[in-house]
Amino acid sequence: MSEIGVRVNGREQRHEVEPRVLLVDFIRTQLRLTGTHIGCDTSSCGACTVLLDGEPVKSCTLLAVQADGHEITTVEGLARGSELHPVQVGFHEEHGLQCGFCTPGMMLVAAALLERNPEPTEEEIRWAISGNLCRCTGYVNIVKAIQHAARLRQKPAPPVPTGGAG
Amino acid sequence: MSVEVRPHGGIGESYKRKEDARFVRGRGSYLDDIVLPGMLHMAILRSPHAHARIRSLDVSRAAASPGVVAVVTGELLAQHKLAWMPTMSGDTQAVLATDKVRFQGQEVAAIVAESKYLAEDALSAIEVDYEVLPAVTSPQQAMRPDAPLIRDDKEGQKDNHIYHWEAGSKEDTDAAFARAARVVRLTTHYPRSHPAPLETCGIVADVDPATGKATLYLTSQAPHAIRTVFALVAGLPEHQIRVIAPDIGGGFGNKVPVYPGYVVATAASLLLGRPVKWVEDRTENLISTGFARDFHMTGELALDEQGKMLGLRVHLDSDNGAFYADAQPSKFRAGLFHIVTGSYDIPAAHVSADGWYTNKAPGGVAYRCSFRVTEASYLIERLVTNAALELGKDPAELRLQNFIQPEQFPYRSATGWVYDSGNYPAALRLALEKLGYEELRQEQAERRARGELMGIGLASFTEVVGAGHGADFDILGLRMFDSAELRVHPTGKAVLKLGVKTQGQGHETTFAQIVAEELGIPAADVEVQHGDTDNTPYGLGTYASRSTPTAGAATAVVCRKLRDKARKLAAHLLEAAEDDLEWERGRFFVKGSPERAKTIQEIAFAAYTNLPEGMEAGLEGVTYYDPPNMTFPFGTYAVVVDVDRGTGQVKVRRVVAVDDCGVRINPMIVEGQIHGGLCEGFGIAFTEQITFDQDGNCIGANFMDYLLPTAWETPRFECHATITPSPHHPLGAKGVGESATVGSPAAYVNAVIDALWPYGITNLDMPVTPDKVWAALRSRGVTE
Repeated sequence: MSEIGVRVNGREQRHEVEPRVLLVDFIRTQLRLTGTHIGCDTSSCGACTVLLDGEPVKSCTLLAVQADGHEITTVEGLARGSELHPVQVGFHEEHGLQCGFCTPGMMLVAAALLERNPEPTEEEIRWAISGNLCRCTGYVNIVKAIQHAARLRQKPAPPVPTGGAG
Repeated sequence: MSVEVRPHGGIGESYKRKEDARFVRGRGSYLDDIVLPGMLHMAILRSPHAHARIRSLDVSRAAASPGVVAVVTGELLAQHKLAWMPTMSGDTQAVLATDKVRFQGQEVAAIVAESKYLAEDALSAIEVDYEVLPAVTSPQQAMRPDAPLIRDDKEGQKDNHIYHWEAGSKEDTDAAFARAARVVRLTTHYPRSHPAPLETCGIVADVDPATGKATLYLTSQAPHAIRTVFALVAGLPEHQIRVIAPDIGGGFGNKVPVYPGYVVATAASLLLGRPVKWVEDRTENLISTGFARDFHMTGELALDEQGKMLGLRVHLDSDNGAFYADAQPSKFRAGLFHIVTGSYDIPAAHVSADGWYTNKAPGGVAYRCSFRVTEASYLIERLVTNAALELGKDPAELRLQNFIQPEQFPYRSATGWVYDSGNYPAALRLALEKLGYEELRQEQAERRARGELMGIGLASFTEVVGAGHGADFDILGLRMFDSAELRVHPTGKAVLKLGVKTQGQGHETTFAQIVAEELGIPAADVEVQHGDTDNTPYGLGTYASRSTPTAGAATAVVCRKLRDKARKLAAHLLEAAEDDLEWERGRFFVKGSPERAKTIQEIAFAAYTNLPEGMEAGLEGVTYYDPPNMTFPFGTYAVVVDVDRGTGQVKVRRVVAVDDCGVRINPMIVEGQIHGGLCEGFGIAFTEQITFDQDGNCIGANFMDYLLPTAWETPRFECHATITPSPHHPLGAKGVGESATVGSPAAYVNAVIDALWPYGITNLDMPVTPDKVWAALRSRGVTE
């Protein structure tokens, strides 16, 4: 077993892990953060995407020990308390999700994109999410959701979505 | 002062989804998220060969591996009469192989261990000695007299033939062809594809050793039907089985059947007295569960001198894999393929179908499709375009000439369907107008003159969905009704329980909207529950675009039942005669005195507090809805492509979709369904295929080879609507989940064929990859 220190969604933690354990299994099984999903095992689908020091990585293709000393953001870390992140609001408002399985990975990629490029073009959005597969939406509304989030980021305090609001 | 208006969420509103709240927070609860105390993990050893006899199986080393609690073999299951299970098509399927393996990836043994990693580790310690047999990888091979016999386990099975099935009149069709001026033929293969939802299939089986109750958490689109199948397969009393389908990460038909892994995990939990989890990895998903299509089809269309269609003759050979496990209504051996006359008034038609065993995975699920309507739609739409091009007619014009006309509905087709409603010319004309068809044809002519390859493809599909009326539609005898139970609480909030199960279609929103419309309770105040067999009325589940046609209708009907009781209560409260009351959404009022009224919330309260003499308390009910007919959604898809002469690369420039699914309950959700189907149709047309080599090795069983479209190459979709209500559905709705996967592949391929037609290229089998286009162009002497 190896001991690692990681900052997960803003909180410092230390954990014992087997050296061969994948980061995604560590997140899901040891941290019990099940919003990060497993879809393909070959780093093709992006359902397991998390942010490592703010950059999207596919957590099925990293070992947990490789995250030692780094900061991990999962979907559970996107909202600030009850206040949703603009991409979360965007996905709800623009019907950017159906089954919800790819959604955490998509939203994290989108959040990272908007950090470095606050006003991306449609082409830039499509390129940014091209490592994340969605089987439900045909991507049309995911693109709109990210554009929506980009607009919200220009304004303070997005509304908290509820069923039917807006 | 500003007043925030709370949306009511009735029919026709693009009401934002209720289920999003948990999904955007990463708080969905999918199968693999479930952890139970003492839970074990299962991994399956699969056959490396497509066809081989098992000489010996030695699990002793694996059983002694670290963390291994049990090894399950076919021999062990046989002791409990579980080595074989019935399929949904009345065949048998091996749960764990005992005699032979019949496809690569077939389940041979299972390890149950303390962790997923330890279970996987021990797989390599199982020793199997195989005698490799020649593999059969196509129907054409399967039908040869000297073909190896795949199902030697079945008494009396002398060859690889599964079924022969026919529809329509051969005699009438032969007569039509005898007087035809032109006959257009097309032979094409609809390739083996896979629904490939992003979440794979899995189970957590928890058999309580004290009570014997089996709680099965299952990625299931049809939890009630699965419970009954389990009762029949395992001999467990049905009240002792509880199936809970949690949030499902996409289904598309993949999650309808019962798979061997489910049975093994349940048996393991039963034997060990501990919960057992099994979740497929992606390769297992693609290699062993629920493939789709694989129809080899020949269609012939007979036309008169003017281009009027006279007859349609179709033969197909179906590649069913090693076990006939198609999930489809029992009476229809080739599914609903006989909708193959499509949108056209063809007086005579005959369909013959033969099913064949091959050494490939079983399944034959209707991937986002109402039981083989996809293959039918593809064939007729390809044939019609080829007929137009052969006759030198515009493909739009030939369609308009031969459409079933609006005044012909209800229309009885030559293969026996009664179409409920439609306006096919309107949908096609709208698509042409939105596309700018005339201008594009002009542009195409100019480009052709310059040697450039541009094509315009049309598909004017008709679906048959919403299975279905009990007299004709059943699965293993279970009639295909569906259900809704509505309970209105004293404070006027409600819970709606359904027999169907969402996998992303948004039932928790759409069905609340039906209640909002029919009973006037705002959608926000209606909780929709589904997926738990202990907690919902019996139903056949969600697939084949049947939820709105069946459970949607049931929801409307149960609301109306409750409204009848509410009228009595309102009459009591208002001291008025029932006949003097009028309903408007959310309240009854006295005719002529609209201020004398009781809201549904006041009435609900009275149902528990202030009842008229002799009335039972409560405001709740349940409806099992047996639809009188199928519904027939339709539309026209139009695609524009540019083809690179040098590389064979096809670039989709435009996709215009006109869909008519009758009344739209939530237009936003409907459009989302269409986007998804257009994308999946794009994948089928251009990128996706489960492929095999001559030895039956599956060579595309991961997402690096089985190519789901990404955001980068997926076209931008332009969606439009016409609305022709279903006359027999209580809401006029038809179902829409599958229209675009059904209709779009033909539109994409027709566009490519339209581009290549001047070079004599009349067919390319899907997926239309650049190498196929390139080779076809080279074979016609196009060299740049």
